[in-house]
Amino acid sequence: MEVLSDHNWVLTVGTFLPLVGVLIMLFIPKADEALSKAVAIGTAAATLAVGVFTMVQFNYDKAGEMQFVAQAEWISVIKSSYFIGLDGISLPLYFLSMVITLLVMIYSWNHVPSPGNAKAFYILMLVLQTGMAGTFIARDLVLFFVFFELVLLPMYFMIGVWGGENRQYASLKFFLYTMFGSALMLVAFLALFFKTGAESFAIPFLIENGGAIAKNTQIWIFAGMFVGFAVKVPMFPFHTWLPDAHTQAPTQGSVILAAILLKLGTYGFVRIAIPILPEAAKEWAPWIGLLAVIGIIYGALGCLAQTDMKRLIAFSSVAHMGYVMLGISTLTSFGMNAAMFGMVAHGLITGMLFFVAGSVKERYHTLEIKRLSGMLVQMPKLGWILGFCAMASLGLPGLAGFWGEFPAILSAYQPAPGLNVTVFRVYMVVAAIGTVLAAGYLLWLYQRTAFGEPTEEFAAGHGHDEDIHDVNKFEWIAWTPLLIAIVVFGVYPQLMFQVLDPAVGVTLKAFGG
Amino acid sequence: MLSALAPAWTSPTIDYHALAPEMILAGGIVLLVLLDLFVADAKKWILTPLASFIVLGAFIPVLTLALSDGGVRSLFDDRYMVDNFSLVMKGLFLLSGYVVILLTADHLREGDYYQGEYWFLLLTSLLGMVMMASSRDLVSIFVSLELLSIPAYMMAAWRKRDLRSNEAGIKYYLLGVFASALMLYGMSLLYGISGSTKLVEISKYLGTDLTSVRALAVFFIVVGFAFKVSAVPFHTWAPDTYQGAPTPVTAFLSVASKAAGFVALVTVIFVGFPGSHDVWQPVFWILSALTMTVGNVLALKQTNIVRMLAYSSVAQGGFILMPLAVAGIDGVANSALRAIVTYLLVYAATNLGVFAVVMVVARKTRSGEISSYGGLFSYAPGIATLMTMFMASLAGIPPFGGWFGKFAAFQSLVSAGTTWAYALAIIGGINSAVAFGYYGKILREMWMKPVPDGDTTPVTVYSSLSVALVITSVATLVLGTFPGIPLHFGDIAGLAGAFGK
Repeated sequence: MEVLSDHNWVLTVGTFLPLVGVLIMLFIPKADEALSKAVAIGTAAATLAVGVFTMVQFNYDKAGEMQFVAQAEWISVIKSSYFIGLDGISLPLYFLSMVITLLVMIYSWNHVPSPGNAKAFYILMLVLQTGMAGTFIARDLVLFFVFFELVLLPMYFMIGVWGGENRQYASLKFFLYTMFGSALMLVAFLALFFKTGAESFAIPFLIENGGAIAKNTQIWIFAGMFVGFAVKVPMFPFHTWLPDAHTQAPTQGSVILAAILLKLGTYGFVRIAIPILPEAAKEWAPWIGLLAVIGIIYGALGCLAQTDMKRLIAFSSVAHMGYVMLGISTLTSFGMNAAMFGMVAHGLITGMLFFVAGSVKERYHTLEIKRLSGMLVQMPKLGWILGFCAMASLGLPGLAGFWGEFPAILSAYQPAPGLNVTVFRVYMVVAAIGTVLAAGYLLWLYQRTAFGEPTEEFAAGHGHDEDIHDVNKFEWIAWTPLLIAIVVFGVYPQLMFQVLDPAVGVTLKAFGG
Repeated sequence: MLSALAPAWTSPTIDYHALAPEMILAGGIVLLVLLDLFVADAKKWILTPLASFIVLGAFIPVLTLALSDGGVRSLFDDRYMVDNFSLVMKGLFLLSGYVVILLTADHLREGDYYQGEYWFLLLTSLLGMVMMASSRDLVSIFVSLELLSIPAYMMAAWRKRDLRSNEAGIKYYLLGVFASALMLYGMSLLYGISGSTKLVEISKYLGTDLTSVRALAVFFIVVGFAFKVSAVPFHTWAPDTYQGAPTPVTAFLSVASKAAGFVALVTVIFVGFPGSHDVWQPVFWILSALTMTVGNVLALKQTNIVRMLAYSSVAQGGFILMPLAVAGIDGVANSALRAIVTYLLVYAATNLGVFAVVMVVARKTRSGEISSYGGLFSYAPGIATLMTMFMASLAGIPPFGGWFGKFAAFQSLVSAGTTWAYALAIIGGINSAVAFGYYGKILREMWMKPVPDGDTTPVTVYSSLSVALVITSVATLVLGTFPGIPLHFGDIAGLAGAFGK
């Protein structure tokens, strides 16, 4: 592993800078909320600046190779080291996490949810940022595990303290599910370590030696990782924490959860489980595909049954992550590219949808679909943005969502050699039906909330006029980058595919394709 | 006459450096007793700083011994060893003892307890622990065990006029004595069949060939220690004792005393019975699975914080026992020992921190109920954050110490690679998720519940308590983020004589 650049400090700085911000914030009195917010946003902006610098320095001709690699001694007793690097697969997610954190913080400027305490809220977001970024650059399984778990507590508190009425139940459910998954994942990591000769936790080393493990053992180890990652994605039937968590989480929590945290699971499949255990991946692929299409249909049907806008968006996440997992399960470069694209697109679009839902809730104090109507009349800009995001989410060509969904379905037509073609073609058909359902629930949602006249209780002169106002300044600042990105990646998807493709190729080396 | 019978006796050469920690403690204890006799009541406060200086003074030779490259120092015909394992554990005992002194200082002054006697007992118990870490002989192990236990019985009953405290002391005493008796019976069997009290020789005699009487001896000794480390089903004394004893004493019992039990257990198993693993491995498998599961399940429904911590401590003991269920398998011994020591270090730092917070909060709320933690974050964010950290550490969430303890334990299990080992690892994994049920309860109270009765007067943290909080929280954080540093300090797997080496 050669070091391609002298700038291998950028990842460390980019990952841990938020913690420096946390340290500074600890000395700011709680009452001085504006200062807390300013320092936090400044930190996030500085982090993003490091991220931009990373993007600029990234060698796009060698996107398949690890760059900015740094390795230092960490816990030598257990043969684990501080080993980080970035390639074409990590780069978009790493960068997205920085963008989303900054935008969410800007949005929070005048949207700190009840019961307030901006200082703690911002500190949690900064800690989350470190955990997310770290997960995407870790090249050592123990390091990966630590970062993977680091996001747990902040999100737990975010949901549990700043969430909706049922927040305590939702936060506990979120926590227990993930904790259970990661315990099994840890056992799987350890088994992997010993089955490869107990020499190293470094991912490249394990990729080199993992293939030699007996197939049966591989299947068991994969099973442990599968539970850990599938809970996080979440895949059917481990998804039940998600609707609760999303519905109860504050807007900021929902956005971060949808945009980044869910990707930690899919990223784990792509980065760790599949390349290290190729034989097991082949055995598991049809089952993963099956659960993925069940998720697509189940999520879509769930959406149709929802009466709450936020819960509906949460269920649509289950469906969308189903497409991502379907793409991954084909084990082809085509499917994997689609999945990676889908992850980023889902992050942008669903993140936006949760932002909009948060703003709707703030204005109407409800997200019950049947009480909402005529948004286009009362708040045309917000209404249009909702429409735009709904279109993007249902996979309208020309917007980012399309490039995650359509190629993922298509990839199931021809899965990797060795996989049962018929089975995957059935999946393809089912997934395609899922898109119809998606169009159904999203358009129906839009029709019910945005069209027509405002319902009587929210009509002008009924005491809600002060709350009901169109998109404000902070919302514009937070949303514009996401909206632009949705269009840009929709029109010119090559921008991301060219970064992803070489790295995907390297990841799938064991599958000959 | 007698001298004629022992003509060959020569006085042993004593390595005073190696014995320095024990000697400083013993000298200090004598000094404390004398001062207590002659100092006027109004000046008794000087005993507190004196006690802490004695403990810290004893820690200095531990450091110099660890830094000297003398290797294993053997005393008294190999019956008393100063190796890396014993040094790490001595350090742990002395530092825990120091933190307990910090926790006790204000408590004693306020309650007008018998200061001189208290310090005397605490230091005596510490001396027993420090000796335990080096004992490699049945007799010295038993003497150390009694030396550390008997003062602890009295400390548990320290609040003389409190019925619960009396109950705590009596229960602890009766079950403790019962356990000692069992153990002693096992030891006498061992001595009878092997003709020696020296563990290394017993190990040679026992070999791997097991007759029923040998198995019985090993079994009795293991069960005796199972009482000491409050493993299920021998845990029943722990909740009542922990709840009834004064809080600093509970901290001492649940950390130092428990660690001492594990040290003895490890020494006896690794040095004395390595060949008999067919007997003790299944016993530890069952003990470990039962201990963590039962401890966790019972902790879930507790409403009193100290009682919950008692069950939590039982459950944590189950995790510490995990590696012992596989320690006899080839090549696992080292990682098992390392896992146990690591876990004990992490657990000591975290649990002492928890008790420090409990004392801070109890001082304000005058309540031991978990509900009294309601809204703590809103009026005492610093204390609540520390408690969050300690709870997360106990639950095994990175980046706080606890995760590495669990990691090491799982690692040693998985390295064994047997089906039984994997099964135990999965039971452990499920349990670590279940444990969050009750650790999370505290977090929920602190962060998400309203303040009971709207009483938001700030908490006061006395200086000695804040020093304790700083020590424990820094240790918890460092052990979690850079576990390599403390582990690097010495190869803690260096238990001299383990597995015949």
